[in-house]
Amino acid sequence: MLTVNELSYSFTDTGVGKSVLDNISIHVQAGEFVSIIGESGSGKSTLFGLISGLLQPEQGEIILNGKLTHQRLGKVGYMPQKDLLLPWRTVLDNIILPIEITKGSLEEKKEGIRKWLIRFGLSDYEKFYPHELSGGMRQRTAFLRTLMTGKNLLLLDEPFGALDSFTKRSMHEWLLGIWEDLNKTVLFITHDLEEAILLSDRIYVLKRFEKSCIEVKIPLSRPRCSEFIYTQEFLKIRKSLERLLR
Amino acid sequence: MKDSCKTRIKSYGPFVLMTILIGCIWEWSVNKEIIPSFILPAPTSILQALIEHREVLFEVHLLATLKEVVIGFVLSVIVGIMLGICMHFSKALEKIIYPFLVISQTIPLIAISPIFIMWFGYSIWSKVAVTFLIAFFPIVISTYDGLKLRGTDYSNLLLTMGANRWDIFKKIQIPMGLPTFLSGLKMAIVYCVVGATIGEWLGASEGLGYFSRRMSGNMEADALFAAVFLLSLLGIILFLIISIIERQILKKRYY
Ligand SMILES: Nc1ncnc2c1ncn2[C@@H]1O[C@H](COP(=O)(O)OP(=O)(O)O)[C@@H](O)[C@H]1O
Ligand SMILES: [Mg+2]
Repeated sequence: MLTVNELSYSFTDTGVGKSVLDNISIHVQAGEFVSIIGESGSGKSTLFGLISGLLQPEQGEIILNGKLTHQRLGKVGYMPQKDLLLPWRTVLDNIILPIEITKGSLEEKKEGIRKWLIRFGLSDYEKFYPHELSGGMRQRTAFLRTLMTGKNLLLLDEPFGALDSFTKRSMHEWLLGIWEDLNKTVLFITHDLEEAILLSDRIYVLKRFEKSCIEVKIPLSRPRCSEFIYTQEFLKIRKSLERLLR
Repeated sequence: MKDSCKTRIKSYGPFVLMTILIGCIWEWSVNKEIIPSFILPAPTSILQALIEHREVLFEVHLLATLKEVVIGFVLSVIVGIMLGICMHFSKALEKIIYPFLVISQTIPLIAISPIFIMWFGYSIWSKVAVTFLIAFFPIVISTYDGLKLRGTDYSNLLLTMGANRWDIFKKIQIPMGLPTFLSGLKMAIVYCVVGATIGEWLGASEGLGYFSRRMSGNMEADALFAAVFLLSLLGIILFLIISIIERQILKKRYY
């Protein structure tokens, strides 16, 4: 699905090159849920900018769907760190934005949109404007918009990062509940260890100063539910990961 | 409904009270001959003059001025938007147009009006030209500045969806620029009334500016004030119309 080989990137707009990513390699298989965890400033969002095609790598290669190309814009579903819902559009109009851009037929997708609005708990709010929504609903709207790109690979940049712990918990429950039906591949950024373990099949740990990228497999079975965080197995994984992060 | 009535009173009440108070003091001081009535006629005599001259004032002069304002406004909106968009899309055009824009605003109107009269005579077009010259400037600038609000994050998001430059212009830049543009529109409509009046002063056979100048020559202070009153009323009403349109367009969007 996605392979990133020995990728390096630095921001050069300030004159001197500021190395953000150095020799990063990751891979994601179809249907996997993979998280990238790391402290802020470790270059997670930059990595997404590179994969989505907004930035081009300095060194290394990004192989999408088996193809190595510079033209990656419009090939993945990207949910940015800020929700970036257009304030002048209603929930429904925000969601259909990717369909408008790709000149897809709304008529054909109407059924699908209706179904997902219900699954996302947004069907009563489709006429609302973003500022009338709670934080959790805004994130779900942004997530649904990303889903509507129809792309198989979704890049989610800290989708629950700004939510309070209660809302976050219910979002986890909800996401685990729809994951099997979603039928997508997800690359997920977070700085919340518990969230990463609960949701992912694999985790990459990005370290800011060592500029390295360590892979960790999560052997929890699916389907999962948010109760998993109290199991012995979960705590063991969590302990070993915390040691890694230190 | 009741609530909105209350908030109306709250927001406009002080202004109305103040106006009434000033009107009373004004009336009183003219009656007591503290201020001579040929310098400042009393509100009641202005009203009388308004009623006395109502036929020419409303049917001839107000109509003539309104026509100049509307034509000048429509022209400046059309040309202003086109110039603003051209400047937005082409750096080269921006470099060419911008100096001319600034020059057009630094020429004293009084100096350039005789030229317009030479070109267009005493027809409506000499007045429209002055109106246009004043009003198109805020429209170009507000269109250009509004489109400059790039909303980089939004644009990047659309790019990842596979958008082209035209998509981003339509779906991000126009909606983002709209508030700035509408502010420019409000400014322009007020300038239009000013422009039309100046145009009429400098040479016309009808219009409120022409009428007030004639009355000033005749030392008919109350008729002159009646015309000035109508002019400011016209400006206020046009401004309110644009404000209402603005509110309709931006209704629910901003926090
Ligand atoms: N446009 C930019 N120009 C220069 N430096 C940037 C830019 N964007 C991000 N950076 C820097 O790159 C580093 C990584 O940023 P980012 O990828 O946003 O990290 P993360 O998402 O992991 O918090 C930070 O030190 C940040 O200051
Ligand atoms: Mg980030």
